[in-house]
Amino acid sequence: MNVKDYYGIGFLAAIVAALPFMVANDYYLGILIFTALNCLTCIGLCLLLGYAGQISMGHSAFLAIGAYSSALFTTKLGWNPWAAMGAGMAISMVVAVLVGLPTLKLKGHYLAMATLGFASIVHVVCVAAVDITGGPSGVSNIPRLSLFGFELNTDTRIFYFCWTMVILGLYLAVNLIHSRVGRGLQAIHGSEDAASSLGVNITVDKIKIFVLSAAFASLSGSLYAHYVLYIDPGPFDVMHSVLLITMVAVGGIHSIWGAITGATLLSLLPEGLSFLSEGLAKFNIQYKTDYDTLVYGGILLVIMLFMPEGLFDGLRRSTAMVFRLNGEKGQGK
Amino acid sequence: MMEHSDILQYLIMGVQSGCIYALVAMGFNMIYNATGIINFAQGEFVVLGGLLMVTLTMTVQLPIPLAFITTTAAVTLAGIAMERFTINPVKNPTVLRLIIITIAVSIIMKGIAMGVWGKSSYFMRHFSGSESLDFFGATILPQTLWIMGILVLIVALYIFFFNYTMTGKCMRACAINRDAARLSGINDRRMVMLSFALSAGIGAIAGIIITPIIQMDYARGALLGIKGFGAAVLGGLGNSMGAIMAGVLLGVLEAASAGFISSHYMDAIALFVLLLVLFTRPSGIFGSSAAMKLKEF
Amino acid sequence: MKIRNLFLSVIMTSALCFSAAAQVVADELHVGCIFSITGKASWLGEPERNTAEMIAKQINAAGGINGKKLVLHIEDDQGDNTQAVNAANKLIKKDKVCAIIGPSTSGTSMAIIPVVQAAKIPLISCAGAAVIVEPVADRKWVFKSPQKDSDCVKRIYDHLKTKKISKIGIITSTSGFGAAGRDQLKKIAAEYKIEIVADETYDPASTDMTAQLIKIKGAGAKALVNWSIEPAQSIVPQNMKQLKLTMPLYQSHGFGNLKYVEAAGAAAEGIIFPAGRLLAVDTVAANHPQKKVLTTYRDTYEKSYKDKVSTFGGHAYDALWILVNAMKKVGSDPAKIRDEIERTKFVGTAGVFKFSATDHCGLDKTAFELLTVKNGKFVVLK
Repeated sequence: MNVKDYYGIGFLAAIVAALPFMVANDYYLGILIFTALNCLTCIGLCLLLGYAGQISMGHSAFLAIGAYSSALFTTKLGWNPWAAMGAGMAISMVVAVLVGLPTLKLKGHYLAMATLGFASIVHVVCVAAVDITGGPSGVSNIPRLSLFGFELNTDTRIFYFCWTMVILGLYLAVNLIHSRVGRGLQAIHGSEDAASSLGVNITVDKIKIFVLSAAFASLSGSLYAHYVLYIDPGPFDVMHSVLLITMVAVGGIHSIWGAITGATLLSLLPEGLSFLSEGLAKFNIQYKTDYDTLVYGGILLVIMLFMPEGLFDGLRRSTAMVFRLNGEKGQGK
Repeated sequence: MMEHSDILQYLIMGVQSGCIYALVAMGFNMIYNATGIINFAQGEFVVLGGLLMVTLTMTVQLPIPLAFITTTAAVTLAGIAMERFTINPVKNPTVLRLIIITIAVSIIMKGIAMGVWGKSSYFMRHFSGSESLDFFGATILPQTLWIMGILVLIVALYIFFFNYTMTGKCMRACAINRDAARLSGINDRRMVMLSFALSAGIGAIAGIIITPIIQMDYARGALLGIKGFGAAVLGGLGNSMGAIMAGVLLGVLEAASAGFISSHYMDAIALFVLLLVLFTRPSGIFGSSAAMKLKEF
Repeated sequence: MKIRNLFLSVIMTSALCFSAAAQVVADELHVGCIFSITGKASWLGEPERNTAEMIAKQINAAGGINGKKLVLHIEDDQGDNTQAVNAANKLIKKDKVCAIIGPSTSGTSMAIIPVVQAAKIPLISCAGAAVIVEPVADRKWVFKSPQKDSDCVKRIYDHLKTKKISKIGIITSTSGFGAAGRDQLKKIAAEYKIEIVADETYDPASTDMTAQLIKIKGAGAKALVNWSIEPAQSIVPQNMKQLKLTMPLYQSHGFGNLKYVEAAGAAAEGIIFPAGRLLAVDTVAANHPQKKVLTTYRDTYEKSYKDKVSTFGGHAYDALWILVNAMKKVGSDPAKIRDEIERTKFVGTAGVFKFSATDHCGLDKTAFELLTVKNGKFVVLK
């Protein structure tokens, strides 16, 4: 399984390298950049949800901490963007420990509510602490990132950078899953009591993963800030947390590749629907963006009803089926 | 300078919104007891109830009692439809899967509400006059009295139903131990359907009684759902009486935070208190830790 | 495992690569529109979209702009900053528009400013915050069609002065519009020697503001300014009526929709707010330069869409016509259009515009008329 994952990462890297030459214009790179940022957050969330079995409805808070740290430390204190990003991740991780310690003792819906409450509080603070965060008017004129004097100021450069981060994140996650820590996590998910009796330190491991997932989200938030160059509390509300969970669930919570699939699908969906509406317009069918909500909910429902292990697993099984059938036909001859 | 009448006013307003949270929380608990899941579409039932009531009273011009009954019945049917089409067919129900399904249904219901009613806010006339009454120096709307009264009525009906009717006792049996209930001959799948029906009905009533005061629009569901969920958790999941008290408490806490501390941080303060309770008494104020351990995630 | 990834990548890339770039036909003029048609600010985006489509139809029926067809590319940002950035990128890079009007809200406008500045495409925003076009040195390509919120505050304070009121409370919503207004209210108060004794806020999704109102009353405010563009603002007058508060209530130009009055019911009587003259067009003097534009727009819109006209749609009207007039003169080159807008004088629904190199808003406080609500209708305040 280890080897297959590495092949997968290699393959993804190859596609990423080739993509900018295959797309018609920069607009698609922009969408793919936001897709990468969602993938990054979802990798962390998948480790937490699928492998450690802890539900968090509060990851928008870590996105906000990362984004605001990057924005405020660079614009108000003149820090180097990398230092600001690092500070953001450090703050997120500390907050994750402080919040995780009492929260991760809770289970199930109580845990969901606690994380939801935490995300709401962070959102309210972002809106209300006008003197620090700029309130609803946000923070503008955020500087761009630059790498060894090479400024990340075109969509192509930012595309490569963000997807490189995703690939590094995948590498980290895959290694984690196949390590002792990863196996300990899966034991916790299976049964906390059993895992504990085998010597797995439950609390510490759960918090470690929570902190790691917070770091992923914080990085994603910082990259967002340095791409859009303007942030306000809008993108970091509680509904975004719920959206992240649905991305992981749609893709398949038990596989990192599922998280990537789900995040990619749901990030590309608005563009896909727009493409669809242009196509339908040729047949004189009027498709209004009002229907997007229905389509989104419908897709979510259909996948959950008929492919409960997620889209990634569903695709895997159907392609395996196709190849098995072909194989059998060949043998029958 | 804080006058006594101001404190009383905060209390009244807190109780008003608290009653709505309480009703939403009751809805959450009914489905939770029967299935172990949290129905994220609960808030949408409230919205549906409110919007449908507006249409029936303002456009179709039905008298309020008739519109009330029609709306509640219609939304109850929607709840049954939701259960039959999206919950019942699921062969291997894991809790997370069912939660995502309810999230999907809530998105679909929101889309339908947007399609039918558009994006405007809707208002309807108060049940009996909109002039506020004096009450020991504070003011209270007649509609608020209706809200409180209807909550008391529903609580009474709830207690009666679950303690003195056969169906109610069957539902309670399912909640305590589903397998044992099934062995005793109770149709547990039907109990699940019933729980959704009752939950939708209660949600609709909450929407109906609050719409004259606030304005209902297609997007209100999510926030109401979250607050109701918070009240349910605060009161101890599965404990409807606890939910009622927790809901009212949450409403009063919000009003007090806005009044005494800061309106800017109002929501944060109420949530912070909620979190404190969860951390110190993880099963909620009125919940029991034994019940919490039974319902695993 | 390789096969799985093949599937994944095939799905991803085919969704993207096979979208053809827009065919830019020589006898068409492409203009982009970003509106919040669904989602958070949909009560703004819908009238704006309707107005833009109405105008485009009208222009094309009359032969287009110098014989060329006007093609509108309308994008829905759903009130979300990320979607707005995507929409701006799509319009500029895929549809190759020569200019953009919108977005509907201050937050989404701020989010796309870096995009249009880098791409050197002129933008006429339909959002209210003054910071969208200030500081002008950093906003070379950005204009806006609504009046400045700072001018609205000045008109309110002027009126308070005439009433000799100097202690006020303010209650603002926590949206971009509300926060910008709160900022201006606090900044300009010193100029007018007005003291803000209570500063409360409410979330656009909240349903009850009595707690805030009690605090405002307790602080000794003699008048209240309610600043919001969302439907929730109608709850404030209702709560005031419930609490039997009698202090005068002022609102912002975000109140400019008759539906908000209907929602507030009898509590809306007597609210004073500065707004564009569109809302009270019948009571505007016959010889006023805006009268004809206003009546024509109001009649056409209400006939086409069977819905009351609002100042929000009016901002789209102004933005699109300013753009169209510029394109009539200089064609489709974005830089030339930008320069032409800076020279434009235009009689619109929000006021009489006069742009310049230092003023990308074009309106001053005379664009506002003080309106009030009488018998459920907007009338000019006498």
